[in-house]
Amino acid sequence: MRDRLNRLALNIVAALLAALFAGAVTSLILWLRGDSPSFVISQMWHYGTQPSSEVTILNSATVYYLSALAVAIGFRMNLFNIGVDGQYRLAAMLAGAFGGAVALPNGLHQIAIIVVAMLVGASWAGLVAVLKVTRGVSEVISSIMLNFIATGLIAYLMRPTILGHRSGANDITTEPIPKSGQVPGVNLISSAGTKVYGLIFLAIGMGVLFHIVVNHTRFGFDLRATGRSSSAAQTSGVSVKKMIVITLLLSGAMAGLVGMPALLGDSHSYSSITFQTGLGFTGIAIALLGRNNPVGIAFAAVLWAFLDQSAQILDINNIPKEIVQITQGVVVLSVVIAYELVRRAALARQQRRVGRALAAPAPGMEGAPA
Amino acid sequence: MTVQDTSAPTETVRLDRVKPARRLRGRQLWLAALAGLVLLSLVRVITNANDITSTGTLGATIALGMPIALAGLGGLWSERSGVVNIGLEGMMILGTFFGADFAYFTHSPWMGVVGGIVGGFIGGIVHAVATVTFGVDQIVSGVAITILATGLARYLAGVFFTGQPGGGPTQSPSIPQFTQLRVPALDSFFGRIENHHWFLISDIAGLLRGLVTTLTPFTIVMALLFPLTWFLLWRTAFGLQLRSCGENPTAAETLGVGVYSRKYVAVIVSGILAGLGGAFLADFAGIYREGQTGGRGFIGLAAMIFGNWRPGGLVAGAGLFGYTDAVQSRGGAKSVHALLLLVAIIVLLVGLYALWRRRLATGSLAVVIAILVFIWYLLTKDVPIELVTYTPQIITLLVLALATQRLRPPAADGIPWRKGQGA
Repeated sequence: MRDRLNRLALNIVAALLAALFAGAVTSLILWLRGDSPSFVISQMWHYGTQPSSEVTILNSATVYYLSALAVAIGFRMNLFNIGVDGQYRLAAMLAGAFGGAVALPNGLHQIAIIVVAMLVGASWAGLVAVLKVTRGVSEVISSIMLNFIATGLIAYLMRPTILGHRSGANDITTEPIPKSGQVPGVNLISSAGTKVYGLIFLAIGMGVLFHIVVNHTRFGFDLRATGRSSSAAQTSGVSVKKMIVITLLLSGAMAGLVGMPALLGDSHSYSSITFQTGLGFTGIAIALLGRNNPVGIAFAAVLWAFLDQSAQILDINNIPKEIVQITQGVVVLSVVIAYELVRRAALARQQRRVGRALAAPAPGMEGAPA
Repeated sequence: MTVQDTSAPTETVRLDRVKPARRLRGRQLWLAALAGLVLLSLVRVITNANDITSTGTLGATIALGMPIALAGLGGLWSERSGVVNIGLEGMMILGTFFGADFAYFTHSPWMGVVGGIVGGFIGGIVHAVATVTFGVDQIVSGVAITILATGLARYLAGVFFTGQPGGGPTQSPSIPQFTQLRVPALDSFFGRIENHHWFLISDIAGLLRGLVTTLTPFTIVMALLFPLTWFLLWRTAFGLQLRSCGENPTAAETLGVGVYSRKYVAVIVSGILAGLGGAFLADFAGIYREGQTGGRGFIGLAAMIFGNWRPGGLVAGAGLFGYTDAVQSRGGAKSVHALLLLVAIIVLLVGLYALWRRRLATGSLAVVIAILVFIWYLLTKDVPIELVTYTPQIITLLVLALATQRLRPPAADGIPWRKGQGA
């Protein structure tokens, strides 16, 4: 127990150091252009903590959280589902079209749309799984290619003659989802005037579910075991192929949820402008930042969303707001390095302890770690 | 790219079964190329889609295939030393920005080349520090570098190009380009033959005309990097040492090879090559644009896998992707529709060959795909233009599905290694 606490403390320190480092690099870049880092930070903090900003931050964080969870399921098993991006967009598009086309009673309608989205996401990820287990194709490459192909497929399906719907002069969306299929926002921050996505509770629920499934079920145990050593897992009777398929399907289903908060809570129809590419990559970064842990990911998602939102003020002051993307990139890279250093330090400490315990006479064995 | 789990069939492939099938040498290679050309020519005559072997298409193939090939060559260097480099895309993005930036502010296309080297170097060294020194998961580091590079290019473009004529955060002003080297006499001679649309002869003329009319000094210098890589990696002691780090770093270390330094060199060269690919893109377009790389770094990686981690195969792969890209961007839906027939024939041949070799699974899969593609060809007049844009990606997936099991990546590819870990 003490060991785990120590490890946790070390990881938190590592994350903070990485954040400080990213802040330092960002400050340096700002300073090189002649901007004052302290001015930028105070501006960002001031703008980012206003109630209306807070609502936007919670909304983006909800979406980021789901995306990162989808990636994290794979990561726990050493599977890189880089295809979350394509899975989420295809799912949002088809679920949007489905929601606009059917008439169902309130309650059932939302659930049906969400189920369709999960099924679409899972099937698109299923292609990756099939290619991997039957043909040995690396999931990294195939999921990247499927992201591109999803873009083409969506553009094709969005033709007005197929699933598209001309809503404005040039705007093509899917048929709008009627009231019965929408999820109203909640008034979490009353002074803001805008509402937080109702599906924020779905995201939180998914985080809890993720924790229970990964840490407290037989499946989760197999998942983690396969991630640590697939050959050991195979030997102990786990069917690694089956695990790959199930994990990618789950990851894809979770990716299908990514578009839901905005689709059901705000836009009510799919358009390629609202549902942009790149969210899957953001999910990867946030999952890495949060160490694939549902609580860690939540913090990371809020941090990421805060940086995004608070940077909006910078353009007014004539500072390119893309500076925060540098911050985000550096923080991810330095945090993975920091975590690796912590892992090495912990390993070395454990080895020293084992060495001491073995060198000591027999009664000393109590001190050996489990 | 390795797949580190026991379930992937890749690992069960035995070396002795792979060798004879994979290595095409000398005359065989020429025969294969000739057969491909005959097939292409045949398809052109049947479908009347003259653009699929035209000069313009070949010129575009070189222009579109070169960045992919350079990224793939970068991947080759890195993975031969045992470091998976999925950050090629990011390094390429840095190459497009720095290439355009240098070329614009110095008014010299050659400085654009230098810019590409600088941009790629930055990306390469970051990847090397993260993966070699700190032993971070290589795919994680690559993804992080791509995120970082995207942000960096956006920020710097905002800083440098805002206020320049036509420039801004998402694009540069137009930049000085290399001029094409033309041989006018040969150009018109081949042009006359090409316009007759004779079977095979016109196709060869179109090909040669494409060669004599679309080359720039940049293209020629870049093309030399491929034989140079082959020579350095397969014919020098340094190359053997570098490749041994990708196969068995502990054994290499035992023999006194500085594994870290070899890996550093490999990853940095890898970045530089990807950066050059980016600079090439910017030079060809005459402008830097956000998102200009369009995933070519990833496709380059796929080309390298397709080429079985060898320079010749990689060029063939990049040529294939460059060609499909050229056909779709020039001829559009009609030409791609013609290519369906070609794909059907090739996949059918591959399938029959596999069946003959008694590889039933691959063979029957290929035959089924061939029949489906053929039916598709017969039933339609054109291919949806939205999907046509992604022809290279679809081909990549198809090729990997059929060929992955016969590929052999470097044995220690993708596995973090620490000094003294074998002791």
